[in-house]
Amino acid sequence: MNTSDSRRPYVRPMAGWWRRNPFFVEYMIHEATALFVAAYALVLLVGVMRLAQGEAAWNGWLEALRSPASVAFHAALLAAISYHCWTWFRIMPRTMPPLFVGGKRVAPALITACGLAAAVVCSLAVLILVWGATR
Amino acid sequence: MSESRGNGKLIRIEVLRYRPEQDEEPFLQGYEVPFTDDMSVLQGLQYIKDWLDGTLSFRWSCRMAICGSCGMMIDGEPRLACKTFLRDFPAGSVRVEALAHFPIERDLVIRMDDFLAKLESIKPWIIPKEERSLAQGEYLQTPAQLDVYEQFSSCINCLLCYAACPQYGLNPDFVGPGIMALLHRYNADSRDGAAPERMEVAGSEAGVFNCTAVGYCSEVCPKHVDPANAVNQNKTRAAGDYFLRLVTPKGGAR
Amino acid sequence: MKPISRRSHAPIFWGLFGAGGMLAALFGPVLVFITGIAVPLGFIVPADAMSWPRMQAFAQHWAGKGVLFIVIALFMWHAMHRILHSLHDLGVHAGFALKVACYGLALLATMVTAWLLMASGF
Repeated sequence: MNTSDSRRPYVRPMAGWWRRNPFFVEYMIHEATALFVAAYALVLLVGVMRLAQGEAAWNGWLEALRSPASVAFHAALLAAISYHCWTWFRIMPRTMPPLFVGGKRVAPALITACGLAAAVVCSLAVLILVWGATR
Repeated sequence: MSESRGNGKLIRIEVLRYRPEQDEEPFLQGYEVPFTDDMSVLQGLQYIKDWLDGTLSFRWSCRMAICGSCGMMIDGEPRLACKTFLRDFPAGSVRVEALAHFPIERDLVIRMDDFLAKLESIKPWIIPKEERSLAQGEYLQTPAQLDVYEQFSSCINCLLCYAACPQYGLNPDFVGPGIMALLHRYNADSRDGAAPERMEVAGSEAGVFNCTAVGYCSEVCPKHVDPANAVNQNKTRAAGDYFLRLVTPKGGAR
Repeated sequence: MKPISRRSHAPIFWGLFGAGGMLAALFGPVLVFITGIAVPLGFIVPADAMSWPRMQAFAQHWAGKGVLFIVIALFMWHAMHRILHSLHDLGVHAGFALKVACYGLALLATMVTAWLLMASGF
């Protein structure tokens, strides 16, 4: 593509840019986790709808969740959203202001590790809460 | 070969050529270049220009990774040609193209008018909070205050981060990673008082919110500046300005 | 270069994207595991953990309503913002209509969730 400039600068096309570099391929993959996050939100939204419709509707939804297809689908959701978790905290040191503890800057790897540790703590807390409330 | 260097080693350098007066579009042209282990890609290009093809155009100046002139795509990655060595391409060939995402002026020379206009727009100099007379002495700064912005002052305007930024390629209005690193260098300086003016750029439609945190800009920076961090710190700040403006009459950047 | 004059309204959507992304990173995996794998298979938590009386009580409590609303709404805002940008990455550039479609879907999900949670009583 050329502009109307008499020097005829050449502007290269962007089509397929993300296939040019493995870094960009990974970027597109972690951006695609959004599809799974949206899918899970919609699954929960349907659940809330069934709940509002009464006991029979709710039990039908629970039954649907027990189908092998649903369990397999949720395994895919789990993998994708766990990958989102990892990439979210991997980029975090680049997205936040510098953090100083005791006058020294906290290393990026430590920030990522703290984020992942927080996710583990949150997961265990929810599991224990649910386990305690339902056993 | 007219020069007795190379100890018999040859590398094929494929260069993306574009001569606007005769070429409809760029094409790859290969050159066989004798080399020694201490030769950079830039020296390979200089060999081509001196001995094989005087029509080849490229920018260079310092040969020591400080002027930022010789940025180009080397095997698809944005790199400084003076800081990349021919010995590191054991397959025996290397592809050299003009920096991605910029219009090609000629061969490996890109057009940087857009970057320069953006650079002016952020006032890349210290605008003191309060003017001091000579008698009042220096603008003092502690090491901790220096540490906040020091890495961002290492930017050499080489544009590798722009060639690494797909968002700039997709939307050239985006001010981009390098300009944001420079903007942050001044905004984060304790002696400077012009952050509100510069934040108008950061918070505009051409500003930081075009960034999707790809992060490759920071990977390719030859001076270990972290432009992605500058962009994203200013997302937080621009968002703060945006909402603060709603609750306080004089809050925010405007 | 175009003049930099218009303030971006992106902070609203970026804020929701960030909040949803953080929530999904911290709690997404465990929620999917509980509702989609552990409960259906009766694994770790009892199979009747999401029984009608229990879940109805959960959805009728203000805290339960809050959890469901925040999770569904923020996950949707996070996802639709990212999908809008991914479409831009793929060459489908965000005009006004595309923004309305993406953010509109998130807003619709938010409002439907709120309405259903109000309808399920207290």
